[in-house]
Amino acid sequence: MCQVEEEYHEQLERVDTPSASKKCVKCKEELAAVVIRAGDAYCRKCFRESFIHKFRAMLGKTRVIFPGEKVLLAVSGGPSSCSMLSQVQEGVSQNAHKKLRFFPGIVYIDEGGALGQCKEMRQKTTSELCDMFRSTGFPFYILPLEQVLDLPGSVLTPSPPSDQPGSVYKAAVDLFLQSGDSSSDGKAEEQECVSLPAVQESHTRLLQQLIGSAQTLTAKQDLLNTFRQHLLVHTARTRGYSKLMQGDSCTRLAVKLLTSISLGRGAQLAQDTGFSDCRYGGVTVVRPMREYSAKEIAYYNHMFKVPSVVIPNLDTKMPDKASIQRLTQNFVTKLQADFHSTVSTIYRTGEKLQTAGRGSSAAEDAERCVLCVCGLDTAAEEASALQATLISEQLSQSSGEVFHQDDSKPLKPEPPANVGQCCSSERPCGGAEGTGDCCRSSRDHEATDLRSLLCYSCRRTVRDMSSVDCLPQYVLSVAQRRQNRSAMKEQISEFLLDDADENN
Amino acid sequence: MPVLCSSCSEKRAVLKRPKTGHSLCKACFFWAFEEEVHQTIVAAKLFRPGETVGIAASGGKDSTVLAHVMKLLNERHGYGLELMLISVDEGITGYRDDSLETVKRNQQQYELPLKIVSYEELYGWTMDAIVKQVGLKNNCTFCGVFRRQALDRGAIMLKVDKICTGHNADDVAETVLMNILRGDIARLRRCTAISTASEGDGVVPRCKPLKYAYEKEIVLYAYFKKLDYFSTECIYSPNAYRGYARTFLKDLESIRPSSIMDIIHSGENLSVREGVKMPVQGTCSRCGYISSQALCKSCVLLEGLNRGLPKLGIGKHHRLHEKILSQQPLTEHEQRKLKSVDF
Repeated sequence: MCQVEEEYHEQLERVDTPSASKKCVKCKEELAAVVIRAGDAYCRKCFRESFIHKFRAMLGKTRVIFPGEKVLLAVSGGPSSCSMLSQVQEGVSQNAHKKLRFFPGIVYIDEGGALGQCKEMRQKTTSELCDMFRSTGFPFYILPLEQVLDLPGSVLTPSPPSDQPGSVYKAAVDLFLQSGDSSSDGKAEEQECVSLPAVQESHTRLLQQLIGSAQTLTAKQDLLNTFRQHLLVHTARTRGYSKLMQGDSCTRLAVKLLTSISLGRGAQLAQDTGFSDCRYGGVTVVRPMREYSAKEIAYYNHMFKVPSVVIPNLDTKMPDKASIQRLTQNFVTKLQADFHSTVSTIYRTGEKLQTAGRGSSAAEDAERCVLCVCGLDTAAEEASALQATLISEQLSQSSGEVFHQDDSKPLKPEPPANVGQCCSSERPCGGAEGTGDCCRSSRDHEATDLRSLLCYSCRRTVRDMSSVDCLPQYVLSVAQRRQNRSAMKEQISEFLLDDADENN
Repeated sequence: MPVLCSSCSEKRAVLKRPKTGHSLCKACFFWAFEEEVHQTIVAAKLFRPGETVGIAASGGKDSTVLAHVMKLLNERHGYGLELMLISVDEGITGYRDDSLETVKRNQQQYELPLKIVSYEELYGWTMDAIVKQVGLKNNCTFCGVFRRQALDRGAIMLKVDKICTGHNADDVAETVLMNILRGDIARLRRCTAISTASEGDGVVPRCKPLKYAYEKEIVLYAYFKKLDYFSTECIYSPNAYRGYARTFLKDLESIRPSSIMDIIHSGENLSVREGVKMPVQGTCSRCGYISSQALCKSCVLLEGLNRGLPKLGIGKHHRLHEKILSQQPLTEHEQRKLKSVDF
């Protein structure tokens, strides 16, 4: 291409780069300050307006948060949840009829124990966040994750929803307006002056043992997420909050969707990534930030000085293929760079899905997973992936017969709950090379029985754990209780008339 | 200290199963693999005795193993099926002509009748010619759509009752991922089904007996059985969007080998919310093939190729279907949009 001597007589074509020196597309007056998507350039004012409006519209159109309700904001310190906090702060402080009419509280879970952070680091982070929360004026709670070990078993049981004065949204709004706004000042709790509650060394060690019993980083992250969620729900329940707001952005939810699919959580996708998640009964989890891409949030935080704190996670600074979550995050972000509609397409696909099978509220206690409290999806139907996996495992292990002599012998797959043969462990002992017999029958008994109470992906996670006993007491005791009940039910099954039990 | 097979505990183990991680000897592995395919066929009730089944053979590892296993199981368990091979010639030099030689060798080895259909005779276009017009980015769409129809036409010519294809677990998992990335809800619902449920003329139901077999295990099987197959990638495939899903899946498998089955399990348990618009099955007004639009996809693609508008059919052009049907000329603006091709 060496055409040095040639002269270009024509004007060189200029490619239209999306530059910020254009006019704002909304008000068409000011100079644009930020470009969100290709071609969408906004000035500061319009950007701020549209950002705030999106938040209000999200709460308004879903009509899930009733006026006068207590809503707990789960703040992790990251940009998304801090942005959510600032939106709520603004919304609650405004005057006139546009004021957000619920009573927020803030909760932060300190996971430093699980990550192996030293006490000083944890104290430092906590005090930073403490200052941030104090300035908002809302009641806040700072809890160490170690408290999850002391949770009661009732966390895993969906409690019936608290009585609403009017289950129809409009009726509730009218009722609230009638009762007058004067209650708004009185109801706000006094800000508690809390410092990080003293955490016993033994508890931290137990927690680390729990997380450490998972052999793979994927399982560790999964367990951490589950227990964090349990603690959040418990906090909301005991302090009287009926809603829990989490700050997952669109990007984060798209990654979560793909991760859930890869982990086998297809049946529970709608609950994991939808706007509202009712699996815990009394406490509904809502995700108002789900339409904001991570980019928008980052711009907003930068331009309007929203404070946030950087807190490391289990997979911080880990290589790309350390865990499924990390891999998926890299994949989606890279793909988004080449195909700009990736995140929104995945998000919209997720919106069109629902929870498979029975409605989550109708499912009985016994039909919910002990760890993730979602409906079980492990009915090994004919010609399903689950059945195929069971058959493969059976065929790859000895069941006392030599096959090649007797070719035409038909094989019937046995359901996992039938622990008749103690010899053939249903789960291959982690990493064992061909030493198929692990006849620690009682331990296997426990492990297999716990598996029948778990959904497909929790089963997979527990399989990665070296020992099931490390699970917190409340999980094990609830599992025990359910097993007893199902044993009881089996004994009296012929005498039960109605198939549908009353909800316990 | 040699590792013993975990199934028979007698012979030395020669391989480790990618699917479950157990170490097996050759005979036990063959048995396990074949038995799994048999269980899949029986549990999903894929075939009835007396049916004629066409095996879609491309000469690659999946279809070679499929032909081998189908013949073996047919004899061993007495399915009572009459088997035939159907092969499609897309006209890709250096790839398809070599693999077709493999199929012809298979035909002699397994003593099954063979029918080859080619794009040239059905549509008047070879893939080489199509790529020259379309470029390297969207050519897989053309090949895939044409091949589906070609297989059906070949099956009708041979008068078979069912077609079985060699799609394995990795393919199904990739398809699930790809449909999520593309936002294709309708396909997402159908893609994990083991057999298609279409009735009517012009369409032969098809099934995937190898749906739960890992790709690595298929290769292991073919390797140890010393099966003859053609093992090159299609020369036009590197830029396909599916490549991203494939790389992702391979990485997932390296982290957690069971994730392929996990994805298939997720896909099977997905359910779509009510009120989401779904396409309705009808017939193409031009060729009578099944279609959810006025014109079937291959007619639209062919029209685009014949008119020199390669982008017709890539992306959504429902409104143009009416125009094409009534032979109206397209406006300048539409023509310009459809012509641009990025190589």
